[in-house]
Amino acid sequence: MTGMRGLSVFISDVRNCQNKEAERLRVDKELGNIRTCFKNEKVLTPYKKKKYVWKMLYIHMLGYDVDFGHMEAVSLISAPKYPEKQVGYIVTSCLLNENHDFLKLAINTVRNDIIGRNETFQCLALTLVGNIGGRDFAESLAPDVQKLLISSSCRPLVRKKAALCLLRLFRKNPDAVNVDGWADRMAQLLDERDLGVLTSSTSLLVALVSNNHEAYSSCLPKCVKILERLARNQDVPQEYTYYGIPSPWLQVKAMRALQYFPTIEDPSTRKALFEVLQRILMGTDVVKNVNKNNASHAVLFEALSLVMHLDAEKEMMSQCVALLGKFISVREPNIRYLGLENMTRMLMVTDVQDIIKKHQSQIITSLKDPDISIRRRALDLLYGMCDVSNAKDIVEELLQYLSTAEFSMREELSLKAAILAEKFAPDLSWYVDVILQLIDKAGDFVSDDIWFRVVQFVTNNEDLQPYAASKAREYMDKIAIHETMVKVSAYILGEYGHLLARQPGCSASELFSILHEKLPTVSTPTIPILLSTYAKLLMHAQPPDPELQKKVWAVFKKYESCIDVEIQQRAVEYFELSKKGPAFMDVLAEMPKFPERQSSLIKKAENVEDTADQSAIKLRAQQQPSNAIVLADPQPVNGAPPPLKVPILSGSTDPESVARSLSHPNGTLSNIDPQTPSPDLLSDLLGPLAIEAPPGAVSYEQHGPVGAEGVPDEIDGSAIVPVEEQTNTVELIGNIAERFHALCLKDSGVLYEDPHIQIGIKAEWRGHHGRLVLFMGNKNTSPLTSVQALILPPAHLRLDLSPVPDTIPPRAQVQSPLEVMNIRPSRDVAVLDFSYKFGTNVVSAKLRIPATLNKFLQPLQLTSEEFFPQWRAISGPPLKLQEVVRGVRPLALPEMANLFNSFHVTICPGLDPNPNNLVASTTFYSETTGAMLCLARIETDPADRTQLRLTVGSGDPTLTFELKEFIKEQLITIPMGSRALVPAAGPAPSPAVQPPSPAALADDPGAMLAGLL
Amino acid sequence: MIRFILLQNRQGKTRLAKYYVPLEESEKHKVEYEVHRLVVNRDAKFTNFVEFRTHKVIYRRYAGLFFSVCVDITDNELAYLESIHLFVEILDHFFSNVCELDLVFNFHKVYLILDEFILAGELQETSKRAIIERMSELEKLQ
Repeated sequence: MTGMRGLSVFISDVRNCQNKEAERLRVDKELGNIRTCFKNEKVLTPYKKKKYVWKMLYIHMLGYDVDFGHMEAVSLISAPKYPEKQVGYIVTSCLLNENHDFLKLAINTVRNDIIGRNETFQCLALTLVGNIGGRDFAESLAPDVQKLLISSSCRPLVRKKAALCLLRLFRKNPDAVNVDGWADRMAQLLDERDLGVLTSSTSLLVALVSNNHEAYSSCLPKCVKILERLARNQDVPQEYTYYGIPSPWLQVKAMRALQYFPTIEDPSTRKALFEVLQRILMGTDVVKNVNKNNASHAVLFEALSLVMHLDAEKEMMSQCVALLGKFISVREPNIRYLGLENMTRMLMVTDVQDIIKKHQSQIITSLKDPDISIRRRALDLLYGMCDVSNAKDIVEELLQYLSTAEFSMREELSLKAAILAEKFAPDLSWYVDVILQLIDKAGDFVSDDIWFRVVQFVTNNEDLQPYAASKAREYMDKIAIHETMVKVSAYILGEYGHLLARQPGCSASELFSILHEKLPTVSTPTIPILLSTYAKLLMHAQPPDPELQKKVWAVFKKYESCIDVEIQQRAVEYFELSKKGPAFMDVLAEMPKFPERQSSLIKKAENVEDTADQSAIKLRAQQQPSNAIVLADPQPVNGAPPPLKVPILSGSTDPESVARSLSHPNGTLSNIDPQTPSPDLLSDLLGPLAIEAPPGAVSYEQHGPVGAEGVPDEIDGSAIVPVEEQTNTVELIGNIAERFHALCLKDSGVLYEDPHIQIGIKAEWRGHHGRLVLFMGNKNTSPLTSVQALILPPAHLRLDLSPVPDTIPPRAQVQSPLEVMNIRPSRDVAVLDFSYKFGTNVVSAKLRIPATLNKFLQPLQLTSEEFFPQWRAISGPPLKLQEVVRGVRPLALPEMANLFNSFHVTICPGLDPNPNNLVASTTFYSETTGAMLCLARIETDPADRTQLRLTVGSGDPTLTFELKEFIKEQLITIPMGSRALVPAAGPAPSPAVQPPSPAALADDPGAMLAGLL
Repeated sequence: MIRFILLQNRQGKTRLAKYYVPLEESEKHKVEYEVHRLVVNRDAKFTNFVEFRTHKVIYRRYAGLFFSVCVDITDNELAYLESIHLFVEILDHFFSNVCELDLVFNFHKVYLILDEFILAGELQETSKRAIIERMSELEKLQ
């Protein structure tokens, strides 16, 4: 390893690069060099191979993709000499992971090294398997590794590696360790004197007992023995004491293992353990040296956990609570953090509310700490300790904090405040106050659930109605109010404003004026609520107010021709109804009471908690080592992702539709239900496109915006170019891939052309339906026979191609309609398997159909008032995904905006304060998701146009992922490497369409991918 | 258990990255970018713990280098925090007064030391002496 000059020189070179671009050039040069050398096996000495493999690891570490040379790294594993073998093992375990197939090639070599006599090789092999071994390894290697672990002839060096290697294999496949034979061996292992082996073995034990504590019960007293040995500092070599503390890590591990046994029954073991715990609880002092302090407190906090787990004697528990009380007030941030965290856990174990309340003011101080980690813990603890007695204080604090809290915490905060207010409200008017304040202070972060809930409460509690109405009226006087406040106030004033009639400023016409002032500032979904309110105000006006009627009718008139179908319909219907006089009264009577049900907020919070980490105890119980290992898994291991409700763009966010969905018996609204448009209205709107939903499909009215804004795209009529005489070589005209890509962005054009036939396509898209017509034109003077067209549909599309005639007469064109229905989001592409006979030649081609994801997108431009609340409502993964995309085709910002617009992801200009960023929105349609809003944000780096950060969010995790990948595909330059074989890109003739398709598609990586899928 | 260990400088350059869970390359880049952003601007007076996705990152800064360890949320924070320090002490001993350049030019040795210290995402050896002795054994084999 010494004297690898080439490696040092390379590292220096890279370090001396002035900028990123120069570095990339240097790295590319080196990669090219390595690639060439690897191709030329003969001159590749083991030394050179070793050097290159290290360079690859270095380049990989710098963040560059190293997509070759894995084989060379793996092959070094079987080198006979240590220096090469070592490099092979180490680099392989950094570059590959358990899912790489290359690794399987190495299993035999690895096994031979494990069972061989060379100790150094054994260590290398055990390390590789311990770090990246997968299930294959577990099945074939576990017995060998077990043998090494218990072998009396192996040095501790090998045995400690064997213990952790076995732990990895057990995590990958719990059956790899046979409980029957192993439990006794495991207990013997804990008698080990070497602390290195003991540390590793205890880690193994933790995994084993978490899976099956009964089988390993004989290990319990041994753990206590280990603790006693360490606590009394008996037989602990100096090198294992850390700042004077006998191996804090082993102490922690042993106590962790004990937390997996439900109880300790043997009295003498229990006594011994409690003595140790007592000593730790009492004997841990705060010292100056930070390392010593951390180490001793690591042990102390583990002891606290163990005491909580054992739910020990009262006395010991109260010691713990006292300690935690002390910790949550100390200045040292780590200890305070852990104090808050453990106090929250303590709350779940035992009734310590009263003691904790004494510390309420310190906890509130921590809620204002500059460190977000501490604030989160404080928020959790406050939430946990809240009850009727302190709800007012705590909620008050949360509300105060809300104004200053950072965005990432506001939604959680407002949700928690709303839940606490609901759960512990000493009186309902206070609850109304809290929610209105919440909306006022942090309207953007108040989800619809929250204001729906307050409306339900007010509706169901008559005595609350005048109070709520007068409060809502007060807020209307404020100059700038949040749109959600307009919604809730309009709703409440519409229903109960008449209860205030005698108060000054509260007559129906005054209420109308003040609400109507807000109308120009609100977004589309709020307008229907205001219209309903106007109708109700008009009805309640006593005595009837002709002046008001005139004004309200003028509004209805104005919106009669509104483009939004919801608004239009309400305007038309309210106008007609209000002309009916007394009949109007019945229809617009007060909303009936809501049936009692569990608060959707609390339900939501429970869901959130499953993924968040509040309930550490619950988690620990759930956590199985075997299933808690994958970090990349988009579904968190600890429960389902929070099903945050993302408003679907169907105008259904008003409480009336909530009410409707509750099926109340009175059903007074059913005759004017704006969600069910009259048949002629529907047919008018859908008329021009004449796309019939296939039988069994969801009917249109569930997709509001389909009817609302669907103006069919202009259809380019010149799909088919004039026909010409051609020679009879089967050469492609134009590039299939380019034609496909062009058709992805427009709706008509040529899909395929050769000297005999031209296939054009014309498409119309509507919501999740599409109708394509294939135009197949015979360019020859003789017929094309045996014409066959077969659709290979991906799972997410339903496709129905009308039969294609067997023969296309000379110079004739046949049409074949293709119906498409999108079932769910996916980037997969349908393929048309097309063939015909010309003379004796069979020509066939597999063509991708441009029914791509973006065809089911409808452009949508949002204002900042609409965009940001929605954006924030979509919390992190899997609904919102972020990725740094590298290797982006460099585009100026306006070009990029055009690109996005071209695939219907509409750029909303000026929304993002940073001019280098773009935000965009669109609506996606599929059968399963319905119409769903998707939002995206692109943060570009003006210094480096080849990378950007992309964030995509929607209400459906698959949709988010697919859309993100789709956008990425559009941004990244398709690697041209494979295309180098083709003489020239563009319209120049490409290789012949040889009978089976692969050759024809070889120049198009996307098509190859489609083929693979 | 430890999901990954990162050693990054203030500019976000990775000096060591070791993953004990199978991640795709693109995911690794993302993780490294996010973790760097998460820790780099934190005040020295803050806790050494930050929540990261469904896990927790325990980090510590030494001069311009950040050592970050991603662990389960139920893991003992302080124990991992001190294991970072133990690792730094080992490096310091091995390179006698370690600095970032040592780690850059000898990154391969750092990987070797790490493999003697942590395996399968768990602590393997906590004796500084045992690890240093093992390293000199290995150097002789070269």
